[in-house]
Amino acid sequence: MTGEDMELTTREIDVRLRVLRFDPEKDTEAHFEDYTVRAQPMERLLDCLHKIKWYADTSLALRRSCAHGICGSDAMVINGENALACKVLVKDLKQPITVEPIRGLPVMKDLIVDMDPFFQGYLAVKPWLITDPKEREPDRERLQSQTDRARYDDTTKCILCAACTTSCPIFWADEEYVGPAAIVNAHRFIFDSRDRGGRERLEILSQKDGAFKCRTAFNCTYACPRGIKVTKAIQEVKQAALFKSF
Amino acid sequence: MIRTHEYDAVIVGAGGAGLRAALEAGKRCKTAVVSKLYPTRSHTGAAQGGMCAALANVEEDSWEWHAFDTVKGGDFLADQDAVDVMCQEAVTSVLELERMGLPFNRTPDGKIDQRRFGGHTRNHGEAAVKRACYAADRTGHMILQTLYQQCNKEGVEFFSEFFVLDLLLADGVCGGIVAYEIATGDLHVFRAKSVLFATGGYGKMFKITSNAHTLTGDGPGVVFRRGLPLEDMEFFQFHPTGLYGLGILLSEAARGEGAILRNADGERFMERYAPTIKDLAPRDMVSRAEFFEIKEGRGAGPNKDYILLDLTDVDPEVVETKLPDITEFSRTYLDIDPLKEGVPIVPTAHYAMGGIPTNIDAAVLADHTGTIVPGFYAAGECACVSVHGANRLGTNSLLDIVVFGRRGGLAMAEYANSHKLPAVPDEPARHVQDWLSGLFEGGGPEFPAHVRTRLQTVMMDKASVVRTEDSLGEALVEVQALRRRYDDCRVRDRSKVYNTEITEHIELGYLIDMAEALVVAARARTESRGGHYREDHQMREDDHWLKHSFITKTADGDTKLAYKDVVMGRYVPVERKY
Repeated sequence: MTGEDMELTTREIDVRLRVLRFDPEKDTEAHFEDYTVRAQPMERLLDCLHKIKWYADTSLALRRSCAHGICGSDAMVINGENALACKVLVKDLKQPITVEPIRGLPVMKDLIVDMDPFFQGYLAVKPWLITDPKEREPDRERLQSQTDRARYDDTTKCILCAACTTSCPIFWADEEYVGPAAIVNAHRFIFDSRDRGGRERLEILSQKDGAFKCRTAFNCTYACPRGIKVTKAIQEVKQAALFKSF
Repeated sequence: MIRTHEYDAVIVGAGGAGLRAALEAGKRCKTAVVSKLYPTRSHTGAAQGGMCAALANVEEDSWEWHAFDTVKGGDFLADQDAVDVMCQEAVTSVLELERMGLPFNRTPDGKIDQRRFGGHTRNHGEAAVKRACYAADRTGHMILQTLYQQCNKEGVEFFSEFFVLDLLLADGVCGGIVAYEIATGDLHVFRAKSVLFATGGYGKMFKITSNAHTLTGDGPGVVFRRGLPLEDMEFFQFHPTGLYGLGILLSEAARGEGAILRNADGERFMERYAPTIKDLAPRDMVSRAEFFEIKEGRGAGPNKDYILLDLTDVDPEVVETKLPDITEFSRTYLDIDPLKEGVPIVPTAHYAMGGIPTNIDAAVLADHTGTIVPGFYAAGECACVSVHGANRLGTNSLLDIVVFGRRGGLAMAEYANSHKLPAVPDEPARHVQDWLSGLFEGGGPEFPAHVRTRLQTVMMDKASVVRTEDSLGEALVEVQALRRRYDDCRVRDRSKVYNTEITEHIELGYLIDMAEALVVAARARTESRGGHYREDHQMREDDHWLKHSFITKTADGDTKLAYKDVVMGRYVPVERKY
């Protein structure tokens, strides 16, 4: 990095934001509020939201924790698209930056939504290793070839941020749909050679609120901050359900 | 509104230690997990490189070599009985996680793969050994997900977004906790026969840190305010490779896979500081080396204030497949492609070796003589067993959380199943109610964020990688002044629903407590050992300082220090060279 580059990236600029606010104790409906903060182009949108919360309006409510795209707390609709506020930088966003809560889940306050329906969808697919009690547990580790391990690698990356599920037009219209994240987590086990619960999960996902509700809009793949090929995983689950092979 | 719950066992915190404990306790007694975050948001998920265990899947290894490395890495301050337990149980713990479904990387013959990591060596320091079991550079993510999956399978009951505010003690016996429900502002009294704290670290007291915003020492803060001691608070680890300006962690696994640290001249400077294992020396040594390279004018960049992590000679396939996340962090946050150029890095506040003192069954100690607080347990980063001594080796934190999380879960269940629900004080939430209502009153116009920013700057400048009597004295004066400023701040937002101003406000109070404890203990320790380096006392002084510090808050708000001998074993302290 040269001195000139450094100066360009560390010089503070005005950043304009439009944040959708909703206080259930005061408001009957949500409304946008405008803010301007000073930030460097390389700062995260999360840093800008903190500047509002810490120095302008302390009542702004949002979730966040790790601030580098691993914990999955701060999925939001940013300039119309789902992303993690800690993973998009000021320099890459058109201003004013609009920030809204993710869609399809009840808004509790400002940018915070009720995550319980999302986690219920996740739990519906039995997202844990299912073993056959008749098979003897090995004393050491179960063996797994590198190829078998690679088969489900992509879907192990899920951080349950809900960016995919809440970008899905089917999920917006139908809250009973388990949604992309649940199917991703089912995929992670269905294609794990150590798992014996594939059929059970595919039965669940073949029901009316399961994988076949997907209309391959690809919003989920586009929204995933972990780069998981979500739509592809859903297609693989559908095929496994149809042909009973996985 | 105050609600009351009754459980056999209550676990506070849902990272690796809390979830591992919950798996054991949940099978044996009525258990609740109370966490200020949804469990999968916990910072265990950010751990990258691996978890060491002498499986010997790739090359010869033994748990005893692992124990030696851990004791030496900790600069001989670790309790050797506890280290033995951890390194022996490491093997079964890793295998157990695999059987729970953890997707470890595999060797060509299908076993759990292992790689090199800082300070882990063959046969007592001969050369680096492949001991770290891993899942790409997201091992912590996989551990957190796997344990969460298993807890769901077992039907563990979670109270997510409940913030712990008090520990209930009656006649020295633990009888539960008080928590604040963030979604509603309601208070909840959880009465329990046993309580385990697994609340994580407090790296947010420093300006540059790998820690999440939520790592604010809540558990140790509650304990400290209840007059119980904290152990070895002066020992805080700075990880050598935090992204410049941000502190985001770039795993030591990068160096395990062959990356090299270079100064402005392109020199592999670690050859001068640790001739045998070079870039894979323990973190305290590498961070100090970086500090001195920068101080002596050999830092890279226009302001000569960072070091370069050079991955350009590592096979690009290895970088993309075994280190994908850190490669992405560098590209996303610094716009730098590690395949093409060095990544600017600096030491970043990473891990608290100190914390709530416990024995090897995670039972909390009431004092430096080893008295136990009946019914109270702690595990993970918030606790101090001590297995990490003065400096933790890389991967040993993931190991610590599963080994002592499990032991804590077993011990608390056994205790709960053999005791009655203890008495709690009358009006158990009264103290918290008074405290909270006071937060809205009085106060000047200052935003607490100013206090927090100043605290982080002071701690970084005066109490981090290198310390002196003067710097620590100044830090103490500043921290105490910041406490007065903090006490003058008030909470502006009076809402009940998701009032995150109030939770952040309380978190800052805990951070100030942790900072003061750290500075006081660091000032008293006039030697250099592990992560505690005194430029005015550069030698380790085993005659005087081979002992753990215990700091307590006195009734008048001051602090008091006491000391406890280190549990020795096979290894006699020698000079620490690599």
